[in-house]
Amino acid sequence: MAIPKVCGIETEYGIMVRGADNNPVTASSLLINSYLTAHTRQRVSRIGWDYEDEHPGNDARGFSLDDALAPEIETHLVNAVLTNGARYYVDHAHPEISTPECRDAREVVAFDRGAEEIIRLSMIAARQMLPDGAEILCHKNNSDGKGNSYGCHENYLLSRDTPFGRIVAQITPHFVTRQVVVGAGKVGCELPGTTADDVPFQISQRADFFEEEVGLETTLKRPIVNTRDEPHCDASKYRRLHVIVGDANMSEVATYLKVGATAIVLAMIEDDVLGDDLVLANPVSAIRAISHDPSLQRAVLLRSGRRATAMEIQWALLERARKYERSHGLDAVGDDVGADVLRRWEAVLAGLERDPDSVADTVDWVAKRRLVTGMAERHGLRPGDARLKALDLQYHDMRADKCLAQRVGLQTITDPADVQAAVAQPPVTTRAYFRGRCLQKWPTDIVAANWDSLVFDVGRDPLRRVPMMEPLRGTAEHVASLIDDSDTAAELLARLGA
Amino acid sequence: MAERTQKQKQAPSRNEEEVVDAPASTATGEKLKAELDDLLDEIDDVLETNAEDFVKSYVQKGGQ
Repeated sequence: MAIPKVCGIETEYGIMVRGADNNPVTASSLLINSYLTAHTRQRVSRIGWDYEDEHPGNDARGFSLDDALAPEIETHLVNAVLTNGARYYVDHAHPEISTPECRDAREVVAFDRGAEEIIRLSMIAARQMLPDGAEILCHKNNSDGKGNSYGCHENYLLSRDTPFGRIVAQITPHFVTRQVVVGAGKVGCELPGTTADDVPFQISQRADFFEEEVGLETTLKRPIVNTRDEPHCDASKYRRLHVIVGDANMSEVATYLKVGATAIVLAMIEDDVLGDDLVLANPVSAIRAISHDPSLQRAVLLRSGRRATAMEIQWALLERARKYERSHGLDAVGDDVGADVLRRWEAVLAGLERDPDSVADTVDWVAKRRLVTGMAERHGLRPGDARLKALDLQYHDMRADKCLAQRVGLQTITDPADVQAAVAQPPVTTRAYFRGRCLQKWPTDIVAANWDSLVFDVGRDPLRRVPMMEPLRGTAEHVASLIDDSDTAAELLARLGA
Repeated sequence: MAERTQKQKQAPSRNEEEVVDAPASTATGEKLKAELDDLLDEIDDVLETNAEDFVKSYVQKGGQ
């Protein structure tokens, strides 16, 4: 049976400074340090990230390129672990928040929304550190409209026993076609030689940037299936699929369906019930063709020789997921969440087929296109007009008073109290609970943290490293009373036998 | 096209109450248009004042 699909999202935010030096690396550091100073008990960068187990060059196909790749991580940059179990850091030239490990898609949505709140609080805090009138603006998008892209990655726990070749072949049709449900929409096109008249509006922010079917890269020649093999847990038992092909969503339902439906499809692949008949002949050209056709009519070639639209492939995946629910259950993704995801997935597909505008309250690209079309008609704007591009950018603006996504009537599925909690409290369902609670209770005793360990300094040599190699151990059920009953970190370590 | 219709029928719909079969009526269409007009009025007020400069200055370094 498929193993629990522990999952999370890693979002790189767009960043710019107005009214002061616009250096994105400095600005990202300032943003994060401002937040840590104003909103946490951590001394700035006091708790470092522990890189011992990071190997972004390990390839799931069985080799390592650690020395061949440009360094993914610049260790002098700000890199913090938060009390909600998330990681908040500077990646390349962007602020990035990785949610803590979550047990299901609903939790991911709460922590992704919590991350947005952290960004908002950071922007406000940063104003105090900047000259009068200067401000840092962040956007939850994936492209600057000028050919530069940055990611919103997902990650999913898989069994090491699942053959990687099967994962690549069978997840690709979903990765190529899910954009019709979860694409964030984009004004224009960033492929060289393509004009705004050719593609005035497309479904996905990211589709223009994928050049390979499978590979290790994340910043150049991006692959639809990324092979980075960094399980951040027991590598003999688990994989962690690192997904780089998604858009950052403003719609909560879109985030929910992006993670929820993908987790279900992965569970089906793990249980080997999906089959190869949906495998695409040319995934790279297909992902672009589908993105460039908001009418949803374009059919793409399957390896079988058949042609199918993205909608047909999504319907086929949903149908198989329904069948899987009946034969295997949805325990791997959480039964209730799984059933709800299937219901909403179907409602979106039915709505897209009937009248796309009917899902403008859940599907980002539809909500954005409605604005863009309305604005163009109202002011008689031509494709490529800067005002339409500004509208696109501002849909993703993290300033609450400027964010257009907050004004278009998107459905929400989170309770505001859950989002507030997600800013500072860890999920209770994964090892992130142990990480977050320890950071809350003993921030000055922890010298380093990582996804799969905490390093304590309790004043006696040597430093104590507590490994957390099982993503589903260290939950509230396992360790809440242990942490509650320990007055000091030393006491906790003694009880753990560390 | 025939294939699309067939797929749609094959897809099980356990929660039929969620799915409105009839196309949006004219009244609904007009209501949506009025809502969009209000929204565009509101957005005209919050849009960045100099769109051209804003878009031009929005340059990001590539990330992952």
